[in-house]
Amino acid sequence: MTIEVRNIIKRFGSFTALDNVDLRVDTGELVALLGPSGSGKTTLLRIIAGLDWPDSGSVAFDGEDALSRGAGERHVGFVFQHYALFRHMSVFENVAFGLRVQPRRVRKSEDQIRARVKELLDLVQLDWLADRYPNQLSGGQRQRIALARALAIEPRILLLDEPFGALDAKVRKELRKWLRTLHEEIHVTSLFVTHDQEEALEVANRVVVMDKGRIEQIGTPGDVYERPASAFVHSFIGESIVLPVEVREGRVRLGDRELALDSSDARPGPSKLFIRRHDLAIGPAGSGALEGAVKHVRSFGPTQRADVLLNAGGEGTLIEIDAPRDRELKPGDLVGLQPRRYRIFAETA
Amino acid sequence: MGLTLMWLSLMILIPLAGLFVKTAELSLDQFIDIITSRRTLHALKISFGLSLAAAVVNLFAGLIIVWALVRYRFPGRRIFDAIVDIPFALPTAVAGIALTSLFAQKGWLGAPLAELGIKVAFTPLGIFLAMIFIGIPFVVRTVQPVLIDLDAELEEAAACLGASRWQTLTRVIIPSLTPAILTGFALAFARAVGEYGSVIFIAGNLPNVSEIAPLLIVIRLSEFRYADATAIAVIMLIVSFLIIFLLNRLQNWAQARALTAG
Amino acid sequence: MTVVTTTPIPRFEVAARQTAKSRRDVRSEPWLVRWLIIGFAVTFLTVFVVLPLMLVFSEAFAKGIGYYLQTLSDPEALAAIRLTLLTAAISVGLNLVFGVIAAWAIAKFEFRGKTFLVTLIDLPFSVSPVISGLVFVLLFGAQGFFGPWLASHGIQILFAVPAIVLATTFVTFPFVARELIPLMQEQGAQEEEAAISLGASGWQTFWRVTLPNIKWGLLYGVLLCNARAMGEFGAVSVVSGHIRGETNTMPLLVEILYNEYQMVAAFAIASLLAFLALVTLVVKTILESQIKEGRPPSDD
Repeated sequence: MTIEVRNIIKRFGSFTALDNVDLRVDTGELVALLGPSGSGKTTLLRIIAGLDWPDSGSVAFDGEDALSRGAGERHVGFVFQHYALFRHMSVFENVAFGLRVQPRRVRKSEDQIRARVKELLDLVQLDWLADRYPNQLSGGQRQRIALARALAIEPRILLLDEPFGALDAKVRKELRKWLRTLHEEIHVTSLFVTHDQEEALEVANRVVVMDKGRIEQIGTPGDVYERPASAFVHSFIGESIVLPVEVREGRVRLGDRELALDSSDARPGPSKLFIRRHDLAIGPAGSGALEGAVKHVRSFGPTQRADVLLNAGGEGTLIEIDAPRDRELKPGDLVGLQPRRYRIFAETA
Repeated sequence: MGLTLMWLSLMILIPLAGLFVKTAELSLDQFIDIITSRRTLHALKISFGLSLAAAVVNLFAGLIIVWALVRYRFPGRRIFDAIVDIPFALPTAVAGIALTSLFAQKGWLGAPLAELGIKVAFTPLGIFLAMIFIGIPFVVRTVQPVLIDLDAELEEAAACLGASRWQTLTRVIIPSLTPAILTGFALAFARAVGEYGSVIFIAGNLPNVSEIAPLLIVIRLSEFRYADATAIAVIMLIVSFLIIFLLNRLQNWAQARALTAG
Repeated sequence: MTVVTTTPIPRFEVAARQTAKSRRDVRSEPWLVRWLIIGFAVTFLTVFVVLPLMLVFSEAFAKGIGYYLQTLSDPEALAAIRLTLLTAAISVGLNLVFGVIAAWAIAKFEFRGKTFLVTLIDLPFSVSPVISGLVFVLLFGAQGFFGPWLASHGIQILFAVPAIVLATTFVTFPFVARELIPLMQEQGAQEEEAAISLGASGWQTFWRVTLPNIKWGLLYGVLLCNARAMGEFGAVSVVSGHIRGETNTMPLLVEILYNEYQMVAAFAIASLLAFLALVTLVVKTILESQIKEGRPPSDD
């Protein structure tokens, strides 16, 4: 099942939650909607589910209009951030709920329902919890039951809102891996919302990066990390060193210093230079586009980290760099820094 | 601490103990004779039966009122929300004479009802209405906070799973509110059983027709038949205790269920 | 000749006419249902609450404001008002002091029989006011436990002011403690412990830490306690003896006047009590917002 979202605009009062959003998700994909809070990612998910309605635009499943249907008629499985398990029902009844509320003429027999619930509980590896109540489960178990419940109605699309948001770090990692494996097994078109880049990059086939109601970039985890399309994406995903530069007549200037960097695809004007920390090669003074003095060195684990005051005229700019442990660095050293890879984005007003 | 216990004993324990000591002066046969006399039985039946019926009405009416107050915006909503407490705050004697005049044959509502051939004041129907009046805040005020706090995601989850609005209401919302609804129901019932002031004016107080148990206690006292009064009181107390006991059980059960972390 | 047009079978059973209907919040009901519910709620509350209340004032002023004032200044009415105020003052005072102590003991300490104590405090709420009155008759009446002894010493409790005060205190016992227990439990003992560790005495801790923390809850409890104390009917009715001008509180006088078909007079007294109830509700609403915010009013 494909999902096609076109020109979606959604406002809450004067706040624009979604500003002309277009998105296409192909059958069997596992897509992450990644962005900071307030970026509109959950609103988009809720519109696809039929829990919210856009002010304009269209949503189609396999080419058919979805907006003409209510949430109950879209056959979408939704896993809520706080699971929304029915606390007065056992785990079994929670999973069976979607089957029991079907219209009588299509409803499965009690035996079929039992078999189906058992199958789902096996799938999420929690069949031994069937008679428990939600309050007797751990967070991770609740999450998996919520997923089993959503899958019970054989959804054509699975939507997950911050699926790991309420879990502690360790459980979160386990569940991530588990969700990936599960998706490979059932292969239903899935879309999940997260504000955690690591989660998005690790779990999804494709990542949709959102900010302020707009989609900033859509790409594979490799794409969005290696080839960020905007300053926002570069700073939101992965750690970056950001330097305020000026592009003028094809040259890049940091303060009063001209940097020997290619700026052929950069627009003139005040800009930001983004470099991943691990893309910065350290050499002796004069060996790189950037130069500076080491101020402070800290060693831990396989690397050491150093504060370097860049020589750029004025007071200079302090940056933090990573260096291999075997490279000798001490305060006072002058070093040359050469970015192996970098991006320049024009400053947006 | 000692002071607290002493005060409690003075104010509550001793008086109540007195009640049971007084009853103990009766032989079992006498006790049974008193409470099974036609008039007593009828008064108990009126008190408990009508209270139960009124509590059932309050349960449904209260639920609808809570729903309107919590889920909808309409003109005057805040005022209506505030006046739900009136039956609780209004002195019972005032409520009693007001309801009686309202439903009397020439009253604002009594007159049109009389045209329809319905007589309210001085009949069991009047008692029933007065009991609905005093019970309504209990259901509304116990269910209201629970409905306000009810997680919106629960209803959305049900809708996504294909449940109709009615199925969501009966299978998800009402069960989630059940502990609060039952608590409110029990409170309204207990209050109606013991109610005196709001009821006696409108009741008419005809023995074996519209006489409530608390009034019979008062009558027996005024006849200096203390034993009779005490026996009826003890029966009412035992039932009240049972209700409190059930209430506590209910709340424990509700708490056990409500621990689901969000 | 007929042209047979085949329409593609829709993948879902939903017809287009549902478009408008399904385009709404899944947590809302159709327009008609919504207004039926609101209509029911408004009608129910109007019939059972608004109309009785309006009736009280309408009857009280049926013969004009002059007659109303004249009724209220009748010596019997004045005596009833005085007795009601006196009774409420004593009962509220007693329950204030002991309510705070009881709540404090329950909220801050663990001891055996705590649940029993809480149940005991709640008891007057669930006992019929008539039974509350009855227990005092049994204790102090002519055939009661202390009756003969009291009679031989010439002390009159039953059918006199002391019994009225006792019965009122009994009935209003739970209000203050009930209100304070959850509040104090929620606040825990940390602030008190901090005060003690800073060298405050127990008494200083109470006045400077505990009391300011609970003042709005306390006021709330006192307010409800007072409303009930002034309006109590059943319990007081049983113990008062209905001696005109002496042991009649306002609610009792309402009953007597009503039974004597002095409607305007009965409703005039009733209107005072109803007014008290309204004021109580207004203050209660204000206090509730104060308790919620947990801070003193802005004009404080």
